[in-house]
Amino acid sequence: MSRGPVGVVLVSHSAAVALSVADLARGLAGGGAAAEVAAAGGGPDGGLGTSAELIAEAARTVDRGAGVAVLADLGSAVLTVKALLEEGGELPEDARLVDAPFVEGAIAAVVTASSGGDLDAVEAAASEAYAYRKV
Amino acid sequence: MLDARFFHRWMTAAAAAVDREAGRLTELDAAIGDADHGSNLQRGFTAVAAVLEQDAPDTPGAVLTLAGRRLISTVGGASGPLYGTLLRRTGKALGDAAEVTPAQLAEALDAGVAAVAQLGGAKAGDKTMLDALLPAAEALRESFAAARAAARQGALDTVGLLARKGRASYLGERSIGHQDPGATSSALLVATLAETAAGEAS
Repeated sequence: MSRGPVGVVLVSHSAAVALSVADLARGLAGGGAAAEVAAAGGGPDGGLGTSAELIAEAARTVDRGAGVAVLADLGSAVLTVKALLEEGGELPEDARLVDAPFVEGAIAAVVTASSGGDLDAVEAAASEAYAYRKV
Repeated sequence: MLDARFFHRWMTAAAAAVDREAGRLTELDAAIGDADHGSNLQRGFTAVAAVLEQDAPDTPGAVLTLAGRRLISTVGGASGPLYGTLLRRTGKALGDAAEVTPAQLAEALDAGVAAVAQLGGAKAGDKTMLDALLPAAEALRESFAAARAAARQGALDTVGLLARKGRASYLGERSIGHQDPGATSSALLVATLAETAAGEAS
């Protein structure tokens, strides 16, 4: 299997936020967007929270063999991804939690992945979004 | 000696206690958190009890590891990965022995509590579950009853602390005066361990 673009998983407490940020990132990545983005939002009961199963499923969906960058909003979203990574076997082997602001980081990650950047480049671009000051 | 059935009984007792106390845990969480601690743990431990009933692992380590995995996949809040890591890491530290001594459990629990501290980046005094678990793990070297008392005291003592982790930390000074829900559920978990051990002895 040829290695496709790096996949991006967006984990938010809110299903609507995860889906919308995925749409936003895809939209801003431009027409030729090739990177796979999957939203894993909301808890096991469909309300606000974090679902380990949705995260694992999203990571499988976007995995093209080049690694998966996972961005999370806060609290249980971050802790659940970390616990799954430590567990082993739950997420693709080269999945990685990326330390980045959720919205800006997601856009940077999807743009970079779509332009063929490897996992290190995607991670660096997403993390650099922290440095973008607005005032 | 403590065998797989002991740990299974502990988890079943924990599920019953969480069920009983879910309202109080959620009430504590409503004061400084997002009011879902009781219902989240209830969902998680109900799933733990169900999977243990179905799979019945035959070593103490396997019981706790399975329970931990189940919590991570079902809870939906920060308590899922935190308690999941606690049980899973404690279970891994117990290895594949068919029976373990209370001293071995105390040592394994140290490893579990250390993993929780690392995952959450919290330390003693941050008004988290660690404020019950750290003294409990220490006191477990002495006895189950001492561990229970230490966890209970640790949870009560969180009332005066300023929250430094999680959503409660956003409240700053206003978090003082409330008992931490995570420390409270940790004390509950240790209390059911002591009850299970007392039931064993009688």
